[in-house]
Amino acid sequence: MSHYIHDEKVKELEEKANQIRQSLIEELVEAKSGHTAGPLGMADIFTALYFHILNHDPKNPNWPDRDRLILSNGHICPIRYAVMAHAGYFPIEELKTLRKYGTRLQGHPERERLPGIETTSGPLGSGLGQAAGIAYGARMDGKKFRVYCAMSDAEHQAGNLWESAMFAGNNKLNNLTGIIDRNNIQINGMTENVMPLEPLKAKYEAFNWHVLEVDGHNIEEFVDAVEEAKAIYEKPTVIIAHTIPGKGIPEIEFDFNWHGKPPKPEEGAKFLNELRTLGGKIKSEHE
Amino acid sequence: MNKEAYLIEDLLKAEQVPTRDGYGKGLVELGGKDDRVVVLCADLAESTRSHWFKEKFPERYIELGVAEQNMATVAAGLANYGKIPFISSYAVFSPGRNNEQIRTTISLNNLPVKIAGAHAGISVGPDGATHQALEDIALMRVQPRMTVIVPCDAIEAYKATKASVINCDGPVYLRFGREKSPVFTTEKTPFEIGKAIVLREGKDLTIIGCGALLYNALLAAEELSKEGIEATVINSHTIKPLDIATILNSVKETKAVVTVEEHQVAGGLGSAVAEILSQHFPAPQEFIGVHDRFGESGEPDELIEAFGMGVKDIKAAVLRVVKRKS
Repeated sequence: MSHYIHDEKVKELEEKANQIRQSLIEELVEAKSGHTAGPLGMADIFTALYFHILNHDPKNPNWPDRDRLILSNGHICPIRYAVMAHAGYFPIEELKTLRKYGTRLQGHPERERLPGIETTSGPLGSGLGQAAGIAYGARMDGKKFRVYCAMSDAEHQAGNLWESAMFAGNNKLNNLTGIIDRNNIQINGMTENVMPLEPLKAKYEAFNWHVLEVDGHNIEEFVDAVEEAKAIYEKPTVIIAHTIPGKGIPEIEFDFNWHGKPPKPEEGAKFLNELRTLGGKIKSEHE
Repeated sequence: MNKEAYLIEDLLKAEQVPTRDGYGKGLVELGGKDDRVVVLCADLAESTRSHWFKEKFPERYIELGVAEQNMATVAAGLANYGKIPFISSYAVFSPGRNNEQIRTTISLNNLPVKIAGAHAGISVGPDGATHQALEDIALMRVQPRMTVIVPCDAIEAYKATKASVINCDGPVYLRFGREKSPVFTTEKTPFEIGKAIVLREGKDLTIIGCGALLYNALLAAEELSKEGIEATVINSHTIKPLDIATILNSVKETKAVVTVEEHQVAGGLGSAVAEILSQHFPAPQEFIGVHDRFGESGEPDELIEAFGMGVKDIKAAVLRVVKRKS
């Protein structure tokens, strides 16, 4: 049992994550391109962040004392967009503009276009340095907000990221928490076949980080880890969140072929039904 | 000479100071004026003169180690939070090695990071090709939102450093040399980002230059004057945004151009000028610069001559271009 979140809240967040997955499928079907597996796998964590963890105000996205969530692997932005829409940053209907000409919801997110996005991202390995820069600046001014940086696992193959990890460890940026989507897939296959990342925990520890590992679909565990990070004074913390790519849709789960493609309309309808009926356990109102 | 440019009285008696000294002095002054200014360094504090800022404001000096990509991304984060970061390194590394980080996390993010590329040009000398940045102007001027400034001497470098914060809200690239170079402008010489300065007026052709080589251009113009050719010399310290009006006004009178820069002729100041002239007023143009080759070790002056950027080379280019006038 968690000291930080009660069971009813966990259940509420799980239901919210399910609704958000539905919005995500609708968003991707409409866009006709984009990434599916990663966003589904991070649905629980992004829901927990926006609906429980982050100190933020959707009506005032530039509030100076807000917690910052930096998304380093910009390609999973459809999940961030879906969660932000549900949190009230913009109308849920706007999700249908994803990747279309003139949209605020660019294929990879842009800070200048959509308030609340924090940083432009897509090219991998460059989010942690920006998060560290924000954390460093905030500490110079005695600001209390926290900086979170969501990263993919495979972007840990990029050198820039480890330069940033070294910088954050050296400067003991305890206001910075990294979150790694450890789903073991990347475009060319499984991470451990393409370019192994393990031992990932030991690597971060060697860079003077506090490392926690959680089940990325267990909201209670994730919330507890985020709270523990706040109590670590001498180091930044990274949470290695083990996730299932495509989580929530059995046809997509574990399959790296779903990294970079959207569902077709008929697949989308099937997936939505699976989500609405919790895999056939309950009857959908939409039938 | 154009009196309003307030150059030193005797060109041949110029004091020798590296442009990076002007940068270091400008940083210290900015540090005292604006608490948001922070200086990031990738293990080159003395070479880039950022150590002067470090001595005065140690709490606002941030060491990155040999990690230029990270320097760009951390600076983007600091600027995103509300600081005004300067990132200092050799131009081959920044904006060379970290070019994509500058593009995505600084320019596309639209953040006020000021990038100081030191040791640019062939005059770096003995260190050789790996450390002689000849492509940095091209790299920076193709990025939307980026302002590109190449100061001609230490005084102008000082003014440009200050102006990059006081008169510019966006990202800026400042280019500096390694060697001592003649200080031929004065405190009274005007400096405004995007406003070229006519240093000398003549009817026969227009020499447009940037950086320390402008001194050679002025010497060439003086010598040519004795031979009956009168050149206008324009200091185009800002390559982006280019001062189109000043350039066109002059070329419409002289109808011939020589561009002078310590950079590849592809993509630099000469290219920027040619892009404008071809659209508005096509005119014969000769390019002084490095012609599609890497640098090498040698003494700075020796290399400037060997690579065709000396006074005699500028004079020869002038004679060629005047001959091409129809």
